[in-house]
Amino acid sequence: MAYSKEDMARRAAAEIPAGSIVNLGIGLPTLCADYLPEGHAFLHSENGLLGMGPFPFEGEEDPQLINAGKQTVTVLPGGSTFDSAQSFAMIRGGHVDLAILGAMQVSARGDLANWAVPGGKVMGIGGAMDLASGCRRVIAVMQHATKDGEHKLVATCTYPLTAARVVSRVITELGVFDPTADGCFKVIELAPGVDRDTVAKLTGAPLV
Amino acid sequence: MTGRHHHKVRDSVAAALDGLESGMTVMVGGFGLCGNAEALIRGVIDKGVKDLTLVSNNAGNLGKGLATWLRADIVKKVICSYLGTNEDLHSRMASGAITVEVTPQGTLAERMRAAGAGIPAFFTPTGVGTVVEQGKEKRTIDGREYLLEKALPADFALIRARTVDTFGNLRFYRTARNFSPIMATAARTTVVEADRLVDVGAIDPDDVHLSGLYVHRVVHVPEHEDPFEYKTSRKRPEGK
Repeated sequence: MAYSKEDMARRAAAEIPAGSIVNLGIGLPTLCADYLPEGHAFLHSENGLLGMGPFPFEGEEDPQLINAGKQTVTVLPGGSTFDSAQSFAMIRGGHVDLAILGAMQVSARGDLANWAVPGGKVMGIGGAMDLASGCRRVIAVMQHATKDGEHKLVATCTYPLTAARVVSRVITELGVFDPTADGCFKVIELAPGVDRDTVAKLTGAPLV
Repeated sequence: MTGRHHHKVRDSVAAALDGLESGMTVMVGGFGLCGNAEALIRGVIDKGVKDLTLVSNNAGNLGKGLATWLRADIVKKVICSYLGTNEDLHSRMASGAITVEVTPQGTLAERMRAAGAGIPAFFTPTGVGTVVEQGKEKRTIDGREYLLEKALPADFALIRARTVDTFGNLRFYRTARNFSPIMATAARTTVVEADRLVDVGAIDPDDVHLSGLYVHRVVHVPEHEDPFEYKTSRKRPEGK
């Protein structure tokens, strides 16, 4: 049984040490917040918020309190707001301990591609490049391969890069894998019932 | 003779936008539709200027905010970090009607900060090894590669704040702050749309988010639409 999206979010949340500052990317990474004990970590949102809380209760949404995905959120006791230059100084300056980001491709050396599809509509860069190159640790949470079986864990990224050699761990529905300096994915764990041969076929670089 | 900080409060949006002309570079605060200076945005369209270079994180969305400038065809170039679902920008970029310069969000913010702080350029690790490095000087400092990024100044900054005194000292509200204070530092003329206008002394000096030194004009606009972009919520548990 491969990991469900919820399993992946729970597994990624387990990578967050107590008392850390974490930025969760848009999409699946956002779900990690549901698996963090209260007060475990401070969530950073690059539009200028630290101590981000869950979505507000119905009827209490505030259009001037949003996350970087422009969704209405809340701020927890101990939270703070600041401007965009300050927010990215936190990121670039290495004050954000961990970024958990979605990815389109990750190379076996840790290159990250998560902002553009070749030939696709240009959605923009947003905070992706700053987060990827600035946070102390970067974890990618992603589907292991495309629906057509095309590799997403690859030897070399063919999609435009977000940052080079930054991803230290990849969490997919098939397991947990670490890029290495010699261009292999190190198998950290396999999802229950997933065998190594299946993973090897769906991975574009050697496993060790 | 009067200095630039003499009598800042204007009694109309039109008066607050005096001197904003076609072809200028205008920074407008807000993260998408959050924290927009709505009346000033409308006022620029009413003024009839065109060929503006707009600096904004998103240049509006869902046809609202700065997307109204795109629809009014008054923008020739946009410097932003993210287009996302802003179809008004996508279509004009595709047709060639508007040139779009996409910049990493942190680099965009720091370019404004640098402009406001008298720093002409700075080195950043963001964008190394990506398309962003094209045409830029790259330098290795203490074993790590960096890109040289230039300061980004503007003719006007149009921002919104929650509480503003008559000197322009101000406070923001929640995540409506975003780019606004750094835009204020980077522009030759900064205009603030104030939700609340108070007398000098009403804001404790230690509580000022942005010094009035960066503000040149203030217009009081108590009513705002503040549209939601993505209204997300959860159900309240029973008994809470």
